[in-house]
Amino acid sequence: MLKRISRWTQHSLYKKLIVKMIKFNQVYKRYPGGHEALRNLSFEIAEGEMVFLTGHSGAGKSTLLKLIAAIERPNGGSVIVKGQNTKSLKSAALPYLRRNLGLIFQDHKLLFDRNAFDNVLLPLQICGYDHRESAKRVRAALDKVGLLKREKANPIALSGGEQQRLCIARAIVNRPSILLADEPTGNLDAEYSEEIMHIFKSFHQVGVTLVVSTHDEGILRRFPARALHLKQGELQP
Amino acid sequence: MKGLIIQHWQVIRLTFQRLMHTPIASLLNILVIGIALSLPMGGYVLLKNLQSVAGQVAGPPQISVFLALDTSQAEIDRISKQLKEHAAVDRIEFVPRDLALKQLQQSTGLEDVVGGLARNPLPDAFIVYPVAMDVQKLELLRDDLKSWPHFEHVQLDSSWARKLESILRFGRLAVGILAAMLSFALIAITFNTIRLQILTRREEIEVSKLIGATNGFIRRPFLYYGFLQGLLGGIAAWLIIALSLALLNYSLVGLAQLYGSSFSLSHLSFGDSLTLLVFSAYLGWLGAWLSVSQHLWQIEPR
Repeated sequence: MLKRISRWTQHSLYKKLIVKMIKFNQVYKRYPGGHEALRNLSFEIAEGEMVFLTGHSGAGKSTLLKLIAAIERPNGGSVIVKGQNTKSLKSAALPYLRRNLGLIFQDHKLLFDRNAFDNVLLPLQICGYDHRESAKRVRAALDKVGLLKREKANPIALSGGEQQRLCIARAIVNRPSILLADEPTGNLDAEYSEEIMHIFKSFHQVGVTLVVSTHDEGILRRFPARALHLKQGELQP
Repeated sequence: MKGLIIQHWQVIRLTFQRLMHTPIASLLNILVIGIALSLPMGGYVLLKNLQSVAGQVAGPPQISVFLALDTSQAEIDRISKQLKEHAAVDRIEFVPRDLALKQLQQSTGLEDVVGGLARNPLPDAFIVYPVAMDVQKLELLRDDLKSWPHFEHVQLDSSWARKLESILRFGRLAVGILAAMLSFALIAITFNTIRLQILTRREEIEVSKLIGATNGFIRRPFLYYGFLQGLLGGIAAWLIIALSLALLNYSLVGLAQLYGSSFSLSHLSFGDSLTLLVFSAYLGWLGAWLSVSQHLWQIEPR
């Protein structure tokens, strides 16, 4: 039985059936000043897939994630996210693309003028949810990352690991179909990063597409998944 | 639709919170706007009062027509009839030359001098009360009457009206210039307030853009803030004017009694008050809009 399934998954028809969430086609990215961050990048990420993005710092991991989130646009080639070409996307349509994405940043980008609850509330306010529904969702998200008891705390009073988890709660509260995490375990010790990887795994299990960048190759051994290895802006086989 | 209403309600609450968050700064801003607006608006109220007072004090305008000395009684009757039928004339009053002389004797106290005259030097006269009140129409009627036969001299007692009119015109212009300049000041104040707010909320704006906020969503709280600040500034201006008028009226009571009249300054009408508030709120909104469109695009997530 298992053999038959695995044979079937290698069948070309099956590959066509899988919805492509993210598709890079000969992507080049140059920054002003001539620095070439990405060179001739082509790959696809299917719906519900979990992909690690590895490479040294400066290899272009952050740039790649920014291209998916349309924070940067490619200089050459095309980046297609959920069937939309980010290059030809009108700026008015950009917010609606981003609502499908959950972004997790290495530096968290939390707002210190409000408590944990209100930080997670922000994406829902942007989408215009009513108060009761929002509160429910915020608490569910906080519960998922184990911060329900800290909802009144200001992010500044949270530890590094807790801040990272709060950032994750904010990214998932809107139930995005794609989660992008830039070095989510970069500044954390082993125990905390383990915790966060387990959280990611649980999202993967409910069908969220995940792209996680990391320079810690050890994670790959503990959480086997497909990996894209970047070296000086190019994809390594 | 429901989401949009919720968003707007949230923004209104947020705007109040932001205003209350820095009470002193907000209050000072509102006061500055209030003072800036109360100057032209107060000037406007004073002008309006001046206009109505002048109307009361001066009485209806009149045109004096002096006939040639050799006009016969028959001709006087004919002229009298013609004047009465003139469309621009409300009513007339005939002053015969003998009556005029008598009045002169009585009013000036120069009985001896007048009595010593060999013959009456005064002509017969008509006093014409026109229908129209404004200077231009009065002058038109005067020029018309000048061309009539037997009319030696036609005099319009309009100099006071002309003077008042030109003073009022001057005053209105001054108030207008003041209002235009201070409107720019109001826009500038809001522009700067919002600029500072945008700078201090840079991170929030950046993060909001990253998690899918539309430009409208980001712009909204700033626009509401400008609007609210302008509106409160307008209310402050209204209160300043009301208070000043109350004080002025208090001291005017004594003055008016000396002149045996019960005169007091009237306050802004309901329509004028509404205009003031709408205008100040609009200017606040405009300043915020200019500021937001100037500064917001510079903040893009990196």
